Amino acid sequence: MAEVDLSTELCGIRLQNPTVLASGILGTSKGLLKRVAQAGAGAVTIKSLSLEPLPGHNNPIVIGFEAGMLNAVGYANPGIKEGAKEFSNLKEVGVPVIASVIGRGVGDFMKVMEELWGLDFAAVEVSLSCPHTPGYGMLAGQNTPEATKEIVSVVRKCTELPLLVKLSPNVLEIGNVAMAAEEAGADGITAVNTLGPGMVINIEARQPILDFKVGGVSGPALRPIALRCVYDIYKAVKIPILGVGGISTGRHAIEMLMAGASAVGIGTAVYSRGVEVFGLVCSEIKEWMEANGCASTKELIGAAHVS
Amino acid sequence: MLLEPIMMKIEEVIQESPLARSFMFRKGLEYQPGQFVMLWIPGLDEKPFSISYHGKDFFGITVALKGKFTHRLHEMKAGEWVGIRGPFGSAFNLVVSEANLLDVGRACVVGGGVGMASLATLIERLGDLVVVQGARTASDLLYRNRFKVAGPLPTKDMLLCTEDGSAGTKGVPTDLLEDLYRHYRFDVLYTCGPEAMMVKVLDFAMQYNIYMQASLERYIKCAVGLCGQCSCNGLRLCIEGPVLDCEKLRTLEDFGRYARLRNGRRVSIEEYLGGNRRPNKHPSA
Ligand SMILES: Cc1cc2nc3c(=O)[nH]c(=O)nc-3n(C[C@H](O)[C@H](O)[C@H](O)COP(=O)(O)OP(=O)(O)OC[C@H]3O[C@@H](n4cnc5c(N)ncnc54)[C@H](O)[C@@H]3O)c2cc1C
Ligand SMILES: Cc1cc2nc3c(=O)[nH]c(=O)nc-3n(C[C@H](O)[C@H](O)[C@H](O)COP(=O)(O)O)c2cc1C
Ligand code: FES
Repeated sequence: MAEVDLSTELCGIRLQNPTVLASGILGTSKGLLKRVAQAGAGAVTIKSLSLEPLPGHNNPIVIGFEAGMLNAVGYANPGIKEGAKEFSNLKEVGVPVIASVIGRGVGDFMKVMEELWGLDFAAVEVSLSCPHTPGYGMLAGQNTPEATKEIVSVVRKCTELPLLVKLSPNVLEIGNVAMAAEEAGADGITAVNTLGPGMVINIEARQPILDFKVGGVSGPALRPIALRCVYDIYKAVKIPILGVGGISTGRHAIEMLMAGASAVGIGTAVYSRGVEVFGLVCSEIKEWMEANGCASTKELIGAAHVS
Repeated sequence: MLLEPIMMKIEEVIQESPLARSFMFRKGLEYQPGQFVMLWIPGLDEKPFSISYHGKDFFGITVALKGKFTHRLHEMKAGEWVGIRGPFGSAFNLVVSEANLLDVGRACVVGGGVGMASLATLIERLGDLVVVQGARTASDLLYRNRFKVAGPLPTKDMLLCTEDGSAGTKGVPTDLLEDLYRHYRFDVLYTCGPEAMMVKVLDFAMQYNIYMQASLERYIKCAVGLCGQCSCNGLRLCIEGPVLDCEKLRTLEDFGRYARLRNGRRVSIEEYLGGNRRPNKHPSA
């Protein structure tokens, strides 16, 4: 049988394979992005950058539980000016690099977008969906269709790069939010950010473990929800989807493609399978495709939508 | 490995020096010398500390007074509870033979300040070694009556240096390396302490072609390799570190030069440490 074709396309960006590093995992430095690229990722996303530096929440910021992780990093980042220094000469990374940006409102987003000018990002992801940072994302009401439309229309005017909008799973009608993003000019949807927030209490200490008390749920517990979200979004919009949430194996990735994603984001699985997870997932996808007579990932995208 | 903090009772507090206290816990932990735990004070923060005492059913950490967290910890007494998560990170490379001695040949251990904490259990396990400890002044020296150092020195004790000459040789541990090497021809160097000192140890190891490992410090958050806070070029100090070997250190642009503040900004080591240390030369500069 001929070699199977793992490549895919996301908003006009060609990816060697469908695995993408999700934002906020390892994306703090160019050195780590390079490593993830060498480990086999088709593309990588940087840790979200805001206008001003943010120190993030106190530790503990991440806590594991039996079905995944809770995190309340609180968008710690050095701010867009420092970020622009860190992420210069991105060609060195070797795969497309997606910028992730956050803001308290349209004013922030406009200024942040200005600083991205001239850098080698392949696309911009606007994250409107973090559940644990006051002033940003969900905690600023950015996950409604109205707010999404307002912010995306403004960001759209600031860039010619492909524009992805990252959504929260914490809405019943996620298709409506995706439609709002599409109408405002988004080129793609990233779905989803973490769920919740949730909480874990240490019963001996008699208090929540995360210093911020609550955090977003990622990993295995999120996967079925992320799949349903992507499935709904695929029905609601024409623009491509980057499916994220709980993916750690080739089977999970294929499932996500079948729900309608054109590429798959991987975050928490870096914990369970190491940085090598990207290469591992790719070879598992390939094996499955070979065993099932599937020549190209294009045959898989949206395959679960039977009439 | 404990993924959630487990609440443990402080069994005993040992005053090691005016600025350093050890906290002992009655609990067995799977652990290798060089690894660290995250200590949680509920409602305050969670910070990394090397394991400095280890036995079948106990372990301990040694904590130097720095800022808010370590001050709060120093106020805590036996009987109080803290959370422990870990151990995490890489370990000093040891090949333990049946007799529980090591196959690494003769070792030289170079410790500075509270860096001695991460070297202490290594010293206890090595079978043939020389230990040099440096501190600012005599009262800051750690573990003075703790070890029976197996090796060529007749005293079976550590060699000491102080910057003010109040104990041992006046100066820093790296001043002694040439002489020690001439006399004892060690095969491996282990070090932990101020980064400027470790840079000098690496220079020395490169010059004489001796295998070397150092334990580094960077700001740690998740400790499980996800958040990227501890990034040192392409390495995660909480997974691939804190112990790195000479092959990695040689090529690490950040070693001796840069570290990341809590918000991720990459700054000079001096700025990271609060600007109170002298700048130093990088081996490849
Ligand atoms: C792998 C590793 C092992 C360590 N082992 C020991 C040890 O055995 N004994 C010991 O006394 N100290 C050890 N430290 C350093 C210790 O974690 C800090 O001294 C402590 O966190 C200071 O907290 P603070 O609030 O008292 O001081 P702050 O005023 O908050 O900070 C003082 C300095 O401590 C460092 N620091 C603060 N927070 C962190 C953090 N989350 N991660 C890493 N460094 C931090 C920074 O350099 C900072 O400039 C270790 C650090 C690392 C990375
Ligand atoms: C530690 C951590 C940090 C994260 N930081 C960000 C972030 O800065 N921006 C963002 O858009 N999403 C962030 N996320 C969400 C992830 O990008 C991803 O959407 C989510 O974790 C679900 O995927 P996973 O189950 O594969 O981890 C973070 C997730 C984790 C676990
Ligand atoms: S501290 Fe989070 S990756 Fe090392």
